[in-house]
Amino acid sequence: MNVEPANTAPLLEVRDLVKHFDISGGLLEQLTLQGGRMVRRRTLVRAINGVSLTIQPGETLSVVGESGCGKSTLARAVMGLYQPTAGQVRYGGERIDNLDSRAMMPFRRKMQMVFQDPYASLNPRMTVRQILEEPLRFHHPGHTEAEVRDKVAEVMRQVGVRPGWADNYPHEFSGGQRQRISIARALMVDPAFVVADEPIAALDVSIQAQILNLLMDAQDQRGLTYLFISHDLSVVRHISTRVAVMYLGCLCELAPADPLFEAPLHPYTQALLSAIPRLGGKASGHIRLTGDVPTPINLPPGCVFHGRCRQAAQRCREEVPALREHAPGRFVACHAVEEGRI
Amino acid sequence: MKIQPQDATATPRLLEVADLTVKFALRKGTLPAVSGVSFNLGPGERLGLVGESGAGKSVTGFAILNLIAKPGFIESGQVLFEGRNLTALPEDKLREVRGDRISMIFQDPMMTLNPVLTVGTQMIETLKAHRDISDKQAEAIALEKLRKVYIPSPEKRLAQYPHEFSGGMRQRIVIAIALLTNPALIIADEPTTALDVTIQAEIMDLLLELCRTENMGLILITHDLAVVSQVTQKIAVMYAGRIIEMGLTQEIISNPLHPYTQGLIRALPQSGSGRGARLEQIPGIMPSLYNIPKGCAFNPRCPKKCAICSDETPALLSRGSGSLVACHCV
Ligand SMILES: Nc1ncnc2c1ncn2[C@@H]1O[C@H](COP(=O)(O)OP(=O)(O)OP(=O)(O)O)[C@@H](O)[C@H]1O
Ligand SMILES: Nc1ncnc2c1ncn2[C@@H]1O[C@H](COP(=O)(O)OP(=O)(O)OP(=O)(O)O)[C@@H](O)[C@H]1O
Ligand code: SF4
Ligand SMILES: [Mg+2]
Ligand SMILES: [Mg+2]
Repeated sequence: MNVEPANTAPLLEVRDLVKHFDISGGLLEQLTLQGGRMVRRRTLVRAINGVSLTIQPGETLSVVGESGCGKSTLARAVMGLYQPTAGQVRYGGERIDNLDSRAMMPFRRKMQMVFQDPYASLNPRMTVRQILEEPLRFHHPGHTEAEVRDKVAEVMRQVGVRPGWADNYPHEFSGGQRQRISIARALMVDPAFVVADEPIAALDVSIQAQILNLLMDAQDQRGLTYLFISHDLSVVRHISTRVAVMYLGCLCELAPADPLFEAPLHPYTQALLSAIPRLGGKASGHIRLTGDVPTPINLPPGCVFHGRCRQAAQRCREEVPALREHAPGRFVACHAVEEGRI
Repeated sequence: MKIQPQDATATPRLLEVADLTVKFALRKGTLPAVSGVSFNLGPGERLGLVGESGAGKSVTGFAILNLIAKPGFIESGQVLFEGRNLTALPEDKLREVRGDRISMIFQDPMMTLNPVLTVGTQMIETLKAHRDISDKQAEAIALEKLRKVYIPSPEKRLAQYPHEFSGGMRQRIVIAIALLTNPALIIADEPTTALDVTIQAEIMDLLLELCRTENMGLILITHDLAVVSQVTQKIAVMYAGRIIEMGLTQEIISNPLHPYTQGLIRALPQSGSGRGARLEQIPGIMPSLYNIPKGCAFNPRCPKKCAICSDETPALLSRGSGSLVACHCV
């Protein structure tokens, strides 16, 4: 399976990534009596189940899907915060998923992450200056005091926080300002790749536009590549070059943003996009999904979406659909699409 | 339908909120959370209360039910509901209204649901607290309401606990509980904010359908303009404790008059605006309620401000068009 949209070398590549969490607990909790015999049962959360994608330099690839479908887990595995159960993560062609922390160091500088909750991700006991200086001193121990101070002021200006406030603490700022500070922290070490996991979800509408503009400006000025995660599908459409749609740890569809939003192919993508609330639209205009979302503990056989899919046929209940290129650059994992039923 | 708070004859009123002011007496000073809020609702009418965090939406919702606890207090104003002034009603009379004629739905279903009781027990107890009926009768009503919110096999579901349901199902059960007493008004405070878009769409669809079939009034509180625009007939936009614009939903979204409402709508990414185009943004942030700017609270952020704006608080008035707007410069 080849998921390259063009023949340029990708900046980031995820190959057949699997991440399972073992939540069985201690040995005693795993033992159960079954048919008169003691058996040991392990409970796995199958958060990511064979995801492959590439991200080209300078693009914004967004990941969307319902709560719990594995977006954050994918982001964390890409960043090396989770060890994958199987599969690979490559940055600039080099495998990084199996590196020890020392070998990972140079990649940690190039890859930065912005989180949803700026309250939790900024140390409340550090001033903004200390927060911003920390990664710089860590990755560039040779910088002089003057260089560090200049860099802090430059980045603060770029994100729109007055450098005069550098000696204030996070709680003295509004939510939007705090998110600017966490973006500033990510930019301090001049990364090439930024993972933003729900960076605007905690912010008010009037502040969201400020932060999105900031992210887009930083991308223009610095040629950044983004892996962007958001629940807000209108925002995703606005800022993404390509969009990956996930369901229960699997990729259902991966396509350039405009064709995806204009004519989604996968039945789940169709349902998801039809539910986007539109100004002045109708509440009843959406595709109704029946059934509940299965848990990633008991993954259904075949297509993970078959229990809720109106197009499901016998094959869907038995065989996992592979992600195939349906039209140039448009990848879909659906038997009905492959068979021409959709 | 015309919105004219001065005119009391046009439609029969279900709810009439007049000049409601709610404050919190805190150590740092007195916080004016809601200031001079007035609006009306006819039977079966749906109003959206929108605005950003801290604008006073939830406090308005609680104040309608006279549920403001210390250090908060209703400083002035009236809430006339079915002919009674709720701000002056004694606690025992209020119980005939709260959770009976008016139901409330919150963002977190677990605010309503008790984790250690089955859904059936909770529904039957809720109903028996308000009606003099037998368990059997109560159970029959509970089943009827669960069917109304499309819970499959409701007989089985009655015996289950809240944790056995998904987030979307739990919110539907909360709606079923809200329906038990056939209320005339539902106040829904961010009922879908914690849910996925597909489930949000289902819940909103359901609320809309129930309001129509049961002729129930709805006050939908949310920060999401797109969501209210799909469900309500009227919208009131709040900023720093005041309603700054109110009118028919269609009017507000197609022809917003207040610079803040205009900014909110333009800040939303529009399909077709082109990838990566800069979004229009409202500069600055909402002021702290301890420090509301003199004059129009929005004036430091306003692109249209004129001299009078930092001096005089604009009243919510009709300024030559359908909506009411609190802005000197429209
Ligand atoms: N550390 C962990 N231990 C056990 N299970 C986990 C862990 N992290 C995530 N999970 C589970 O893996 C699945 C995917 O979670 P993940 O956080 O990636 O979802 P998400 O798509 O980011 O959801 P949301 O939109 O709610 O943020 C969920 O079922 C979650 O409960
Ligand atoms: N119990 C309380 N004690 C002190 N202040 C309060 C209390 N409840 C609300 N407030 C204050 O009243 C103001 C209005 O709050 P309210 O909860 O109505 O805002 P909201 O518009 O519902 O915002 P959100 O979108 O965040 O829910 C806020 O400044 C808030 O801090
Ligand atoms: S593979 Fe089958 S079940 Fe899955 S989305 Fe396609 S049609 Fe539906
Ligand atoms: Mg997440
Ligand atoms: Mg609120």
